[in-house]
Amino acid sequence: MREVIKIDRLFFRYPDGRQALQDISLVVSYGESVGIIGPNGAGKSTLLLHMNGILQSNGLVRVFGMPIEGKNLKSIRSKVGLVFQDPNDQLFSPTVFDDVAFGPINLGLTEEEVRQRVAQALNWVGMAGYEQRSSHHLSLGEKKRIAIATVLSMNPEILVLDEPTSDLDPRSRWSLTELLKGLPMTKVIAAHDLEIVKALCQRTLLLDEGRIIANGPTEGILSNIPLLEAHGLAPPRGV
Amino acid sequence: MEHSFIDRYSNLDSFIHRLDPRAKLITTLAFILAVVVTPPTKWPAFAGYFALISILLLLSKLPPLYVFKRALVIIPFVLLIGIFNIFKPGEVVASLNIWHWQVSITHEGLLVLWNVFIKASLSILSLILLSSTTEFTHLLKGLEQLKMPKVMVMTLSFAYRYIFVIVDEAMRMWRARESRNFGGKRVWRIKTIGHMVGSLFLRSYERGERIYAAMVSRGYEGQIRVLSSLSFSQRDAYFSTIMLLLLISIGLVIIFW
Repeated sequence: MREVIKIDRLFFRYPDGRQALQDISLVVSYGESVGIIGPNGAGKSTLLLHMNGILQSNGLVRVFGMPIEGKNLKSIRSKVGLVFQDPNDQLFSPTVFDDVAFGPINLGLTEEEVRQRVAQALNWVGMAGYEQRSSHHLSLGEKKRIAIATVLSMNPEILVLDEPTSDLDPRSRWSLTELLKGLPMTKVIAAHDLEIVKALCQRTLLLDEGRIIANGPTEGILSNIPLLEAHGLAPPRGV
Repeated sequence: MEHSFIDRYSNLDSFIHRLDPRAKLITTLAFILAVVVTPPTKWPAFAGYFALISILLLLSKLPPLYVFKRALVIIPFVLLIGIFNIFKPGEVVASLNIWHWQVSITHEGLLVLWNVFIKASLSILSLILLSSTTEFTHLLKGLEQLKMPKVMVMTLSFAYRYIFVIVDEAMRMWRARESRNFGGKRVWRIKTIGHMVGSLFLRSYERGERIYAAMVSRGYEGQIRVLSSLSFSQRDAYFSTIMLLLLISIGLVIIFW
């Protein structure tokens, strides 16, 4: 199977001295859905930010075979769609339409194509008709969906999501899970909501204090209760 | 958080709205230039300028009350400059006795007041016309295509975008403060406000960094892109030419009258 993301011995230290990632090596294959779980501060978000070059460090990070460096960034960012944890950071335009259109416009598409992509992306997240709404006035659940739409409109081949269901009520969590289930592309999902990881991911990595503690089939990791509890997690319902 | 955008009425449809931003920028600049270099004694010229801007404002279908309210922003500046200058030495028009001093309002002084007032008013009206009938991103694109340095255009676009970030953060901090029953000694209050301002800067700065990361993740590379490309049509060329001719003719009238 084709390797879409390959990370080899990645170390990352924040400017304030905190060693956020230590010796991370992982491979994501085409079509896979990989979960990254761990307690707060484990380094999940930091790891995700390396996947489209927002953070760069030593160590080999390759996306579709291309190393993360200047000339490849444009191409990598059109293929890797990163959805942040806080939708407020991703909604920065006056209207929903402007936000969802931001990506396609940067890709240089024609007006016709941009409009089509926006309509399609909003349909996918179940928010058709919201084009002229102001992004600031939506509820959190709506904002999370729009944030996903802003990334989907670029037709990414890999979708990377940072805590997609945090702060959502149970109904929103279920519908978001269904939404993500219906998207065909390769997915990397960082969460401490283990339910969504159980529902969507075949393989899971457990991260704590910047290191990979475990890497294997989701079933195995999520049913290993001592392991989960040792790293600040609780098993999902039904296990 | 309610945001009032600078280009609130930019999605109306009128002749002025449909003009290319470059045509509007050039003619606005020419208008302001003409207004500023005209000596204040040439009343007919100012009548001409006023007529011109009024016609354009009518054509733009902007709500008059809105235009008027925004134009009021120059009043403090005009008054500030005018108050000190009306006493300029010269031909006395009226005398006042304030306490021990006798101050005279002079003809020259009133002329300065008039000068500042009429030029500021005409300029602000033309700027309101420009900014309210043009979507901000299109305005920036127009500036970019008129060869304004890229750094300046980018600074303007970020200033516009991040004003709302700062307003949001300020509102959040204000709410937090109110919820904790802010009051007490003046010194304490001032100190707290000082800390809030510092905090506001830090929070806005960091939020700005995160927003930038989000923009960059979606392919932003520093270029200004707009949905529909600007096209300088014949109509724009006609409009610009007519406007420039009108301004020149007003100028010629001044010189030879």
